Amino acid sequence: MAGDVNAAGVVASLTLVAVAVAVSRWRGLRLERAIVVAAVRALGQLLVVGVALTLVLDPDRPLVWSWLWVAGMTAFAADIVRRRAPEVPGVLPLALLAFAAAAVVTLGAIFGLGVFPVEGRTVVPLAGMMVGNSMNATVVAARRLVEELRDRRAEVEARLALGQPSGTAARPYLARTLRTALTPQVETTKAVGLVFLPGAMTGLILAGVDPLDAVLVQAVVMFLVLGSTATATTVVALGLVRRLFTPDHRLVPLLRPAEG
Amino acid sequence: MDDVVPAGEGALFAFQAVSVGDPSAPILSAVTATVPATGITVVAGPSGAGKTTLLRLCNRLEVPSAGRVLLRGRDVATLDVLALRRRVGMVFQQPVLFGGTVRDNLRVAAPAADDATYARALELAALDAAMLDRDAAGLSGGEAQRACLARTLVTQPEVLLLDEPTSSLDAGPRRIFETAARSLADRGVPVLWVTHDEEQLRRLADFLLMLARGTVVSSGAAATVEGQPRGG
Repeated sequence: MAGDVNAAGVVASLTLVAVAVAVSRWRGLRLERAIVVAAVRALGQLLVVGVALTLVLDPDRPLVWSWLWVAGMTAFAADIVRRRAPEVPGVLPLALLAFAAAAVVTLGAIFGLGVFPVEGRTVVPLAGMMVGNSMNATVVAARRLVEELRDRRAEVEARLALGQPSGTAARPYLARTLRTALTPQVETTKAVGLVFLPGAMTGLILAGVDPLDAVLVQAVVMFLVLGSTATATTVVALGLVRRLFTPDHRLVPLLRPAEG
Repeated sequence: MDDVVPAGEGALFAFQAVSVGDPSAPILSAVTATVPATGITVVAGPSGAGKTTLLRLCNRLEVPSAGRVLLRGRDVATLDVLALRRRVGMVFQQPVLFGGTVRDNLRVAAPAADDATYARALELAALDAAMLDRDAAGLSGGEAQRACLARTLVTQPEVLLLDEPTSSLDAGPRRIFETAARSLADRGVPVLWVTHDEEQLRRLADFLLMLARGTVVSSGAAATVEGQPRGG
């Protein structure tokens, strides 16, 4: 199916960026430069990705290129988690592990159960949805768990002093962390269709797909995102518990994030 | 100043050349001392002397960078840490209660125990059994700290570490807590009590371990330590 947007359309849509710049100037936000850089950068990145995807998703190209794309995407996402949660010790390998686990669980289910055929045009976008949407929750889970254990050190040590193993002592804080990290995704899932029309479905409808077909695809994507978010946050949080306690059940010193 | 008991046999805890922290700025520096297996041993000294660290070495919430800590002659590093922490109970400076009722708190320490066991622990901590159903968040400071003591006692520890447990309490609740601790010591549960309050030291100490800047400056039976007569 051919898209309806041509280069002139994209240029026309830049007027909306101008609106954002105007708001910034009007209210003295000093974000004009950042907005322009962000918009240009986004457009550039998307064009590069578009060209690359055209190559990768070519039906004649071996599927291994698609999986390599997914691996690269996962590595980038893990690095973003590391940069957004600098106070979390050892978060990079944990985020990699978390996204890998989420990929195995969710893509395994989607492809294993035959929901979508295993093709470049399904593997790459589904993995992108999975990683992109579970990234925020993974950052929240990692930062929140460190914050909980740091701010409630007295409680945690009181539990340890009673002879609780570190996994048991951390359990209440782990549960609170996962609840915090997962709640936005659960709320989004509840509100979908009523409050907002999500990206995949909107994109399909704009591209001319029958709305009912678009809805079915969106439902699968929502469940994929829910499953991957739950998997990634749980893996990162459980991994962190192992990292934040010594083998002899002591809580390691935890730093506050740098200001600013 | 001589040690109260020789290291090894007979001593409850023996610290053998124990250091903690970076050698350039140690928290404890080559501390050698013993703690007897009876009565109340008060660990005293100015702020920053390393008192709390010394206490935390006894249940391995802290580990030495050099030296050994022995419990009844055995290096605590060789003992199962979870079992050690149930043998060596600890009450912290600020009362830390978990969410729920007092019973819920005691259950964290001893999930399989029954109400009679919980009531007995409360009684030893000078609290009434009727407290079991009270919301832990609604307790006064003194009650909360004694509930913490009861929670520790429900694991039936053979020694108690008390880290300035009454520093946030008024005179009345402080005396109740002290009486409860004295009664436990008299029943054969030795107590290590950290304080920087000299009056409290005089009231409580059977034995004394004075620290300053990470080293032991004096130790021995309280009546014999110079400048620290045992008060009534």
